[in-house]
Amino acid sequence: MNIALIEYGAGNLPSVERALARLGVESRRASTPDALADADTLILPGVGHFGALMRSLGERSLVNPLRDAVSRGVPLLGICLGLQAMFATSDEAPGDAGLNLFPQNVSALPPTDRLPHMGWNQLRRLRSSKLLEGVPENAYFYFAHSYAALDAGDAGVAMCDHSASFIAIVERNNVFATQFHPEKSGPVGARVLSNFVHHAAGAKTQRSGGER
Amino acid sequence: MSLAHRIIPCLDTDGERVVKGVNFVNLRDAGDPAALAARYNTEGADELVVLDIAASRDHRPTFLATIRRVAAELAIPLTAGGGVATIDEGRAILRAGADKLTVNTAAIRKPELLTELAAEFGSQAVVLAIDAKRVPHPSKKDHWEAFVRGGSVATGIDAVAWARQGVDCGAGEILITSMDKDGTRSGFDCALTAAISRAVTVPVIASGGADAPETFLEVFREGKADAALAASIFHDSIQGLGALKRYLAEQGVSVRQTG
Repeated sequence: MNIALIEYGAGNLPSVERALARLGVESRRASTPDALADADTLILPGVGHFGALMRSLGERSLVNPLRDAVSRGVPLLGICLGLQAMFATSDEAPGDAGLNLFPQNVSALPPTDRLPHMGWNQLRRLRSSKLLEGVPENAYFYFAHSYAALDAGDAGVAMCDHSASFIAIVERNNVFATQFHPEKSGPVGARVLSNFVHHAAGAKTQRSGGER
Repeated sequence: MSLAHRIIPCLDTDGERVVKGVNFVNLRDAGDPAALAARYNTEGADELVVLDIAASRDHRPTFLATIRRVAAELAIPLTAGGGVATIDEGRAILRAGADKLTVNTAAIRKPELLTELAAEFGSQAVVLAIDAKRVPHPSKKDHWEAFVRGGSVATGIDAVAWARQGVDCGAGEILITSMDKDGTRSGFDCALTAAISRAVTVPVIASGGADAPETFLEVFREGKADAALAASIFHDSIQGLGALKRYLAEQGVSVRQTG
Protein backbone atom coordinates (compact mmCIF):
# COMPACT_ATOMS: atom_id res chain seq x y z
CA MET A 1 0.00 0.00 0.00
CA ASN A 2 1.06 3.53 -0.67
CA ILE A 3 -0.34 5.64 2.15
CA ALA A 4 0.33 9.35 1.92
CA LEU A 5 -0.13 11.88 4.69
CA ILE A 6 -1.00 15.19 3.11
CA GLU A 7 1.59 17.72 4.26
CA TYR A 8 0.56 21.35 4.09
CA GLY A 9 2.89 23.02 6.59
CA ALA A 10 0.81 22.51 9.70
CA GLY A 11 -0.89 19.52 11.24
CA ASN A 12 0.53 16.82 13.44
CA LEU A 13 2.02 14.45 10.93
CA PRO A 14 4.62 12.82 13.21
CA SER A 15 2.05 11.56 15.69
CA VAL A 16 -0.06 10.05 12.89
CA GLU A 17 3.07 8.52 11.36
CA ARG A 18 4.04 6.99 14.69
CA ALA A 19 0.53 5.64 15.24
CA LEU A 20 0.61 3.98 11.79
CA ALA A 21 4.13 2.66 12.41
CA ARG A 22 2.89 1.00 15.62
CA LEU A 23 0.37 -0.86 13.42
CA GLY A 24 3.24 -1.92 11.16
CA VAL A 25 1.97 0.40 8.41
CA GLU A 26 4.44 2.53 6.47
CA SER A 27 3.43 5.95 5.26
CA ARG A 28 5.05 8.81 3.42
CA ARG A 29 4.34 12.51 3.18
CA ALA A 30 2.78 14.13 0.12
CA SER A 31 3.14 17.85 -0.38
CA THR A 32 2.93 18.15 -4.18
CA PRO A 33 0.14 17.38 -6.68
CA ASP A 34 2.21 14.54 -8.21
CA ALA A 35 2.91 12.90 -4.86
CA LEU A 36 -0.77 13.11 -4.04
CA ALA A 37 -1.81 11.65 -7.40
CA ASP A 38 0.53 8.65 -6.84
CA ALA A 39 -0.97 7.66 -3.52
CA ASP A 40 -3.53 4.88 -3.27
CA THR A 41 -4.61 5.92 0.23
CA LEU A 42 -4.71 9.43 1.68
CA ILE A 43 -4.80 10.84 5.20
CA LEU A 44 -5.49 14.52 5.89
CA PRO A 45 -4.42 15.23 9.47
CA GLY A 46 -5.12 18.60 10.92
CA VAL A 47 -4.74 20.95 13.80
CA GLY A 48 -5.04 24.70 13.70
CA HIS A 49 -7.25 26.97 11.66
CA PHE A 50 -9.74 26.08 8.87
CA GLY A 51 -8.78 29.10 6.75
CA ALA A 52 -5.05 28.50 7.20
CA LEU A 53 -5.43 24.85 6.19
CA MET A 54 -7.46 25.64 3.06
CA ARG A 55 -5.09 28.44 2.04
CA SER A 56 -2.06 26.15 2.54
CA LEU A 57 -3.66 23.45 0.39
CA GLY A 58 -4.44 26.13 -2.21
CA GLU A 59 -0.90 27.56 -2.23
CA ARG A 60 0.48 24.06 -2.82
CA SER A 61 -2.13 23.43 -5.58
CA LEU A 62 -3.42 20.41 -3.67
CA VAL A 63 -7.16 21.17 -3.59
CA ASN A 64 -8.07 19.81 -7.02
CA PRO A 65 -5.71 16.79 -6.89
CA LEU A 66 -7.26 15.89 -3.55
CA ARG A 67 -10.79 16.20 -4.88
CA ASP A 68 -9.81 14.23 -8.02
CA ALA A 69 -8.36 11.43 -5.90
CA VAL A 70 -11.62 11.22 -3.95
CA SER A 71 -13.60 11.02 -7.25
CA ARG A 72 -11.32 8.18 -8.42
CA GLY A 73 -12.29 6.26 -5.29
CA VAL A 74 -9.01 6.68 -3.38
CA PRO A 75 -9.76 6.13 0.34
CA LEU A 76 -9.34 9.34 2.35
CA LEU A 77 -9.26 9.73 6.13
CA GLY A 78 -9.62 13.21 7.60
CA ILE A 79 -8.63 13.83 11.22
CA CYS A 80 -9.98 16.69 13.38
CA LEU A 81 -9.50 19.82 11.24
CA GLY A 82 -9.12 17.36 8.35
CA LEU A 83 -12.77 16.40 8.93
CA GLN A 84 -13.84 20.03 9.04
CA ALA A 85 -11.97 20.80 5.79
CA MET A 86 -14.20 18.26 3.99
CA PHE A 87 -17.22 20.50 4.52
CA ALA A 88 -18.29 23.45 2.36
CA THR A 89 -17.70 26.29 4.81
CA SER A 90 -16.78 27.02 8.42
CA ASP A 91 -17.72 29.70 10.93
CA GLU A 92 -13.99 29.84 11.71
CA ALA A 93 -13.14 31.31 8.29
CA PRO A 94 -16.31 32.61 6.62
CA GLY A 95 -14.46 33.75 3.46
CA ASP A 96 -12.68 30.46 2.76
CA ALA A 97 -14.21 27.57 0.82
CA GLY A 98 -13.68 24.03 2.14
CA LEU A 99 -13.18 20.89 0.03
CA ASN A 100 -16.98 20.66 -0.23
CA LEU A 101 -17.10 16.85 -0.14
CA PHE A 102 -20.05 17.48 2.19
CA PRO A 103 -22.30 20.48 1.51
CA GLN A 104 -22.88 21.48 5.15
CA ASN A 105 -21.25 24.15 7.32
CA VAL A 106 -18.86 23.73 10.26
CA SER A 107 -20.22 25.70 13.23
CA ALA A 108 -18.65 27.36 16.24
CA LEU A 109 -19.78 25.27 19.23
CA PRO A 110 -22.06 27.33 21.50
CA PRO A 111 -20.49 28.27 24.87
CA THR A 112 -22.83 26.00 26.85
CA ASP A 113 -19.99 23.85 28.18
CA ARG A 114 -16.31 24.68 28.60
CA LEU A 115 -14.54 25.27 25.30
CA PRO A 116 -12.35 24.12 23.67
CA HIS A 117 -13.95 20.66 23.91
CA MET A 118 -10.75 19.17 25.28
CA GLY A 119 -10.33 15.65 26.48
CA TRP A 120 -11.84 12.18 26.27
CA ASN A 121 -15.47 11.68 25.31
CA GLN A 122 -17.80 8.89 24.20
CA LEU A 123 -19.69 8.52 20.94
CA ARG A 124 -23.35 8.03 20.09
CA ARG A 125 -23.66 5.74 17.09
CA LEU A 126 -26.30 6.49 14.45
CA ARG A 127 -25.60 3.72 11.95
CA SER A 128 -23.08 0.99 11.37
CA SER A 129 -19.55 2.30 11.02
CA LYS A 130 -16.56 0.73 9.29
CA LEU A 131 -14.16 2.76 11.43
CA LEU A 132 -15.78 1.58 14.67
CA GLU A 133 -15.75 -2.15 13.86
CA GLY A 134 -14.63 -4.01 16.98
CA VAL A 135 -14.58 -0.85 19.10
CA PRO A 136 -16.52 -1.16 22.39
CA GLU A 137 -19.72 0.92 22.55
CA ASN A 138 -18.53 2.90 25.60
CA ALA A 139 -15.00 3.67 24.32
CA TYR A 140 -13.53 7.13 24.90
CA PHE A 141 -11.76 9.15 22.19
CA TYR A 142 -9.58 12.25 22.49
CA PHE A 143 -11.04 15.53 21.20
CA ALA A 144 -9.50 19.04 21.06
CA HIS A 145 -11.62 21.54 19.10
CA SER A 146 -14.03 24.48 19.32
CA TYR A 147 -15.73 24.07 15.93
CA ALA A 148 -17.71 21.10 14.66
CA ALA A 149 -20.11 20.02 11.93
CA LEU A 150 -23.57 19.67 13.41
CA ASP A 151 -24.97 17.78 10.43
CA ALA A 152 -23.55 15.64 7.65
CA GLY A 153 -26.74 14.10 6.27
CA ASP A 154 -26.49 10.33 5.76
CA ALA A 155 -22.68 10.49 6.04
CA GLY A 156 -22.84 11.14 9.78
CA VAL A 157 -22.37 7.76 11.46
CA ALA A 158 -21.52 8.80 15.04
CA MET A 159 -22.20 11.89 17.13
CA CYS A 160 -20.68 13.33 20.28
CA ASP A 161 -22.33 15.67 22.78
CA HIS A 162 -20.53 18.66 24.28
CA SER A 163 -22.06 22.12 24.09
CA ALA A 164 -24.04 20.75 21.13
CA SER A 165 -24.67 17.44 19.44
CA PHE A 166 -22.04 17.27 16.70
CA ILE A 167 -20.61 14.93 14.09
CA ALA A 168 -17.84 12.71 15.48
CA ILE A 169 -17.43 10.41 12.44
CA VAL A 170 -18.40 10.75 8.78
CA GLU A 171 -18.25 7.86 6.35
CA ARG A 172 -19.43 7.90 2.76
CA ASN A 173 -18.06 5.49 0.16
CA ASN A 174 -14.28 6.09 0.19
CA VAL A 175 -14.41 9.19 2.41
CA PHE A 176 -13.87 8.79 6.18
CA ALA A 177 -13.21 11.35 8.88
CA THR A 178 -13.10 11.68 12.64
CA GLN A 179 -13.48 14.85 14.72
CA PHE A 180 -11.43 13.13 17.43
CA HIS A 181 -7.74 12.25 17.14
CA PRO A 182 -7.42 8.47 16.66
CA GLU A 183 -3.63 8.83 16.83
CA LYS A 184 -4.01 10.24 20.36
CA SER A 185 -6.81 7.93 21.52
CA GLY A 186 -4.86 4.98 22.90
CA PRO A 187 -5.78 1.41 21.88
CA VAL A 188 -9.27 2.25 20.58
CA GLY A 189 -7.81 4.99 18.40
CA ALA A 190 -5.30 2.50 17.02
CA ARG A 191 -8.23 0.22 16.16
CA VAL A 192 -9.94 3.03 14.22
CA LEU A 193 -6.77 3.67 12.21
CA SER A 194 -6.30 -0.04 11.61
CA ASN A 195 -9.93 -0.35 10.44
CA PHE A 196 -9.33 2.46 7.95
CA VAL A 197 -6.10 0.91 6.66
CA HIS A 198 -7.75 -2.51 6.23
CA HIS A 199 -10.71 -1.01 4.44
CA ALA A 200 -8.35 0.96 2.17
CA ALA A 201 -6.32 -2.18 1.38
CA GLY A 202 -9.54 -3.99 0.44
CA ALA A 203 -10.65 -1.09 -1.73
CA LYS A 204 -7.31 -1.14 -3.54
CA THR A 205 -7.62 -4.82 -4.35
CA GLN A 206 -11.10 -4.20 -5.73
CA ARG A 207 -9.95 -1.25 -7.85
CA SER A 208 -6.95 -3.07 -9.32
CA GLY A 209 -9.17 -6.11 -9.95
CA GLY A 210 -11.52 -3.91 -11.95
CA GLU A 211 -8.70 -2.66 -14.16
CA ARG A 212 -7.68 -6.10 -15.33
CA MET B 1 -22.16 10.20 28.16
CA SER B 2 -19.96 13.11 29.15
CA LEU B 3 -16.45 14.43 28.96
CA ALA B 4 -14.19 12.39 31.22
CA HIS B 5 -12.21 14.02 34.01
CA ARG B 6 -8.58 13.69 33.04
CA ILE B 7 -5.71 12.34 35.17
CA ILE B 8 -2.41 13.78 34.00
CA PRO B 9 1.01 12.62 35.21
CA CYS B 10 3.60 15.39 35.03
CA LEU B 11 7.29 14.97 34.32
CA ASP B 12 9.34 17.90 35.61
CA THR B 13 12.66 17.59 33.86
CA ASP B 14 16.00 19.34 34.12
CA GLY B 15 16.32 18.80 30.38
CA GLU B 16 16.92 15.07 30.23
CA ARG B 17 16.04 13.57 33.65
CA VAL B 18 12.81 13.72 35.63
CA VAL B 19 13.25 15.58 38.90
CA LYS B 20 10.94 16.32 41.77
CA GLY B 21 11.04 18.83 44.61
CA VAL B 22 8.89 20.08 47.46
CA ASN B 23 7.47 23.59 47.24
CA PHE B 24 9.52 24.10 44.08
CA VAL B 25 12.91 23.40 45.77
CA ASN B 26 15.08 20.45 46.94
CA LEU B 27 15.09 18.66 43.58
CA ARG B 28 15.93 14.98 43.37
CA ASP B 29 16.17 12.54 40.45
CA ALA B 30 12.98 10.62 39.70
CA GLY B 31 13.82 8.66 36.57
CA ASP B 32 14.01 8.55 32.79
CA PRO B 33 11.25 10.55 31.06
CA ALA B 34 10.73 8.13 28.16
CA ALA B 35 10.50 5.13 30.50
CA LEU B 36 7.97 6.89 32.72
CA ALA B 37 6.02 8.07 29.66
CA ALA B 38 5.78 4.52 28.33
CA ARG B 39 4.55 3.29 31.71
CA TYR B 40 1.88 5.99 32.09
CA ASN B 41 0.71 5.51 28.49
CA THR B 42 0.10 1.83 29.22
CA GLU B 43 -1.41 2.36 32.66
CA GLY B 44 -4.15 4.67 31.37
CA ALA B 45 -2.93 8.25 31.77
CA ASP B 46 -5.24 10.58 29.84
CA GLU B 47 -2.49 12.97 28.88
CA LEU B 48 1.10 13.68 29.81
CA VAL B 49 2.78 16.97 30.71
CA VAL B 50 6.53 17.47 30.39
CA LEU B 51 8.02 20.64 31.84
CA ASP B 52 11.56 21.90 31.55
CA ILE B 53 12.05 23.39 34.98
CA ALA B 54 15.59 24.51 34.16
CA ALA B 55 14.12 26.38 31.19
CA SER B 56 17.41 27.90 30.14
CA ARG B 57 18.40 28.54 26.53
CA ASP B 58 21.42 26.21 26.90
CA HIS B 59 19.14 23.37 27.90
CA ARG B 60 16.69 23.81 25.04
CA PRO B 61 18.18 21.29 22.55
CA THR B 62 18.29 18.69 25.34
CA PHE B 63 14.66 19.36 26.23
CA LEU B 64 13.55 19.08 22.59
CA ALA B 65 15.31 15.71 22.40
CA THR B 66 13.45 14.67 25.56
CA ILE B 67 10.11 15.69 24.00
CA ARG B 68 10.92 13.59 20.94
CA ARG B 69 11.81 10.57 23.08
CA VAL B 70 8.67 10.98 25.21
CA ALA B 71 6.34 11.55 22.23
CA ALA B 72 7.61 8.36 20.61
CA GLU B 73 6.21 6.40 23.57
CA LEU B 74 2.75 7.94 23.60
CA ALA B 75 -0.64 7.22 22.04
CA ILE B 76 -2.15 9.98 24.21
CA PRO B 77 -1.79 13.78 24.05
CA LEU B 78 1.42 15.46 25.18
CA THR B 79 1.76 18.96 26.62
CA ALA B 80 5.22 20.49 26.98
CA GLY B 81 6.70 23.77 28.11
CA GLY B 82 9.09 25.66 30.29
CA GLY B 83 10.55 29.01 29.34
CA VAL B 84 8.61 29.38 26.07
CA ALA B 85 8.82 33.06 25.11
CA THR B 86 8.48 33.19 21.33
CA ILE B 87 6.48 31.70 18.45
CA ASP B 88 9.63 29.95 17.19
CA GLU B 89 10.25 28.28 20.55
CA GLY B 90 6.62 27.19 20.58
CA ARG B 91 6.89 25.79 17.09
CA ALA B 92 10.04 23.86 17.99
CA ILE B 93 8.24 22.20 20.91
CA LEU B 94 5.19 21.29 18.82
CA ARG B 95 7.40 20.00 15.97
CA ALA B 96 9.27 17.84 18.49
CA GLY B 97 5.97 16.05 19.13
CA ALA B 98 3.96 18.00 21.70
CA ASP B 99 0.28 18.68 21.02
CA LYS B 100 0.06 21.64 23.38
CA LEU B 101 2.41 24.23 24.84
CA THR B 102 2.48 25.69 28.31
CA VAL B 103 3.40 29.33 28.71
CA ASN B 104 4.05 30.99 32.04
CA THR B 105 6.61 33.73 32.78
CA ALA B 106 6.78 35.16 29.25
CA ALA B 107 2.98 35.54 29.08
CA ILE B 108 2.92 37.60 32.27
CA ARG B 109 5.58 39.87 30.83
CA LYS B 110 3.75 40.07 27.49
CA PRO B 111 0.14 38.79 27.46
CA GLU B 112 -0.05 39.32 23.66
CA LEU B 113 2.25 36.29 23.37
CA LEU B 114 -0.84 34.18 24.14
CA THR B 115 -2.73 35.89 21.31
CA GLU B 116 0.14 35.34 18.89
CA LEU B 117 0.54 31.67 19.86
CA ALA B 118 -3.22 31.07 19.56
CA ALA B 119 -3.30 32.73 16.12
CA GLU B 120 -0.39 30.55 14.99
CA PHE B 121 -1.25 27.18 16.53
CA GLY B 122 -4.88 27.50 17.69
CA SER B 123 -6.16 28.11 21.24
CA GLN B 124 -6.44 24.35 21.80
CA ALA B 125 -2.62 24.22 21.72
CA VAL B 126 -2.00 27.05 24.20
CA VAL B 127 -2.05 26.23 27.91
CA LEU B 128 -1.50 29.10 30.33
CA ALA B 129 0.40 27.77 33.36
CA ILE B 130 0.00 29.82 36.52
CA ASP B 131 2.01 29.23 39.71
CA ALA B 132 -0.08 30.74 42.50
CA LYS B 133 0.57 31.30 46.18
CA ARG B 134 -1.87 32.43 48.84
CA VAL B 135 -0.94 35.87 50.14
CA PRO B 136 -2.74 38.01 52.74
CA HIS B 137 -5.02 40.69 51.35
CA PRO B 138 -6.48 43.63 53.30
CA SER B 139 -10.07 43.06 52.13
CA LYS B 140 -10.30 39.57 50.55
CA LYS B 141 -10.39 36.32 52.51
CA ASP B 142 -9.03 34.30 49.57
CA HIS B 143 -6.28 35.89 47.55
CA TRP B 144 -3.60 34.25 45.43
CA GLU B 145 -0.76 35.91 43.64
CA ALA B 146 0.94 34.67 40.45
CA PHE B 147 4.65 33.88 40.72
CA VAL B 148 7.07 33.48 37.83
CA ARG B 149 10.49 31.99 37.08
CA GLY B 150 9.63 28.62 38.58
CA GLY B 151 7.84 30.18 41.52
CA SER B 152 10.81 32.29 42.63
CA VAL B 153 9.59 35.78 41.74
CA ALA B 154 6.40 37.46 42.97
CA THR B 155 4.49 39.52 40.42
CA GLY B 156 1.87 41.22 42.58
CA ILE B 157 -0.69 40.02 40.03
CA ASP B 158 -3.96 38.44 41.21
CA ALA B 159 -3.85 34.84 39.92
CA VAL B 160 -7.61 34.65 39.27
CA ALA B 161 -7.71 37.93 37.36
CA TRP B 162 -4.65 36.81 35.39
CA ALA B 163 -6.34 33.53 34.43
CA ARG B 164 -9.34 35.48 33.12
CA GLN B 165 -7.13 37.88 31.17
CA GLY B 166 -5.05 35.00 29.79
CA VAL B 167 -8.17 33.33 28.40
CA ASP B 168 -9.31 36.62 26.87
CA CYS B 169 -5.89 36.81 25.19
CA GLY B 170 -6.23 33.34 23.67
CA ALA B 171 -5.25 30.63 26.16
CA GLY B 172 -7.33 27.49 25.57
CA GLU B 173 -6.68 25.86 28.95
CA ILE B 174 -5.38 26.85 32.40
CA LEU B 175 -2.88 24.79 34.38
CA ILE B 176 -3.12 26.14 37.92
CA THR B 177 -0.42 25.05 40.36
CA SER B 178 -0.75 25.79 44.05
CA MET B 179 2.75 26.59 45.30
CA ASP B 180 1.52 26.15 48.86
CA LYS B 181 0.48 22.57 48.10
CA ASP B 182 3.07 21.48 45.54
CA GLY B 183 4.92 18.37 46.67
CA THR B 184 3.27 18.33 50.10
CA ARG B 185 0.79 15.48 49.46
CA SER B 186 -1.80 17.32 51.54
CA GLY B 187 -4.56 17.59 48.93
CA PHE B 188 -5.17 20.04 46.08
CA ASP B 189 -6.03 23.68 46.81
CA CYS B 190 -9.74 23.33 46.03
CA ALA B 191 -10.54 26.96 46.87
CA LEU B 192 -7.92 28.24 44.41
CA THR B 193 -8.98 25.77 41.70
CA ALA B 194 -12.67 26.60 42.12
CA ALA B 195 -11.95 30.34 41.98
CA ILE B 196 -10.04 29.88 38.70
CA SER B 197 -12.67 27.51 37.35
CA ARG B 198 -15.47 30.00 38.05
CA ALA B 199 -13.50 32.81 36.42
CA VAL B 200 -12.84 31.16 33.05
CA THR B 201 -14.74 29.28 30.34
CA VAL B 202 -11.86 27.02 29.26
CA PRO B 203 -10.85 23.71 30.88
CA VAL B 204 -8.86 23.92 34.13
CA ILE B 205 -6.11 21.51 35.19
CA ALA B 206 -5.44 21.47 38.94
CA SER B 207 -1.91 20.84 40.17
CA GLY B 208 -0.08 20.65 43.49
CA GLY B 209 -0.85 18.55 46.55
CA ALA B 210 -2.16 15.30 45.01
CA ASP B 211 -2.27 12.38 47.41
CA ALA B 212 -4.87 9.67 48.07
CA PRO B 213 -7.75 9.11 45.59
CA GLU B 214 -9.99 11.20 47.88
CA THR B 215 -7.91 14.29 47.05
CA PHE B 216 -8.72 13.83 43.36
CA LEU B 217 -12.42 13.39 44.14
CA GLU B 218 -12.31 16.66 46.12
CA VAL B 219 -10.64 18.66 43.39
CA PHE B 220 -13.15 17.42 40.81
CA ARG B 221 -16.18 17.99 43.06
CA GLU B 222 -15.23 21.05 45.14
CA GLY B 223 -12.47 22.45 42.95
CA LYS B 224 -14.57 22.04 39.77
CA ALA B 225 -11.39 20.92 37.98
CA ASP B 226 -11.63 19.33 34.53
CA ALA B 227 -8.32 17.56 34.99
CA ALA B 228 -5.91 16.85 37.82
CA LEU B 229 -2.15 16.68 37.51
CA ALA B 230 0.29 14.88 39.78
CA ALA B 231 3.90 13.82 39.74
CA SER B 232 5.57 12.15 42.71
CA ILE B 233 2.65 9.94 43.76
CA PHE B 234 2.78 8.36 40.30
CA HIS B 235 6.59 8.35 39.87
CA ASP B 236 7.06 6.71 43.26
CA SER B 237 4.20 4.23 42.63
CA ILE B 238 2.37 5.49 45.72
CA GLN B 239 -0.78 5.67 43.61
CA GLY B 240 -1.62 3.53 40.58
CA LEU B 241 -3.56 5.13 37.73
CA GLY B 242 -5.90 2.18 37.28
CA ALA B 243 -6.84 2.00 40.96
CA LEU B 244 -7.34 5.78 41.09
CA LYS B 245 -9.72 5.69 38.14
CA ARG B 246 -11.64 2.71 39.53
CA TYR B 247 -12.15 4.65 42.78
CA LEU B 248 -13.33 7.78 40.93
CA ALA B 249 -15.71 5.75 38.75
CA GLU B 250 -17.19 4.12 41.88
CA GLN B 251 -17.76 7.62 43.28
CA GLY B 252 -19.69 8.58 40.15
CA VAL B 253 -16.98 10.69 38.51
CA SER B 254 -16.80 10.25 34.74
CA VAL B 255 -13.36 8.84 33.92
CA ARG B 256 -11.91 6.91 31.02
CA GLN B 257 -11.07 3.43 32.17
CA THR B 258 -8.72 1.25 30.18
CA GLY B 259 -8.50 -2.51 30.47
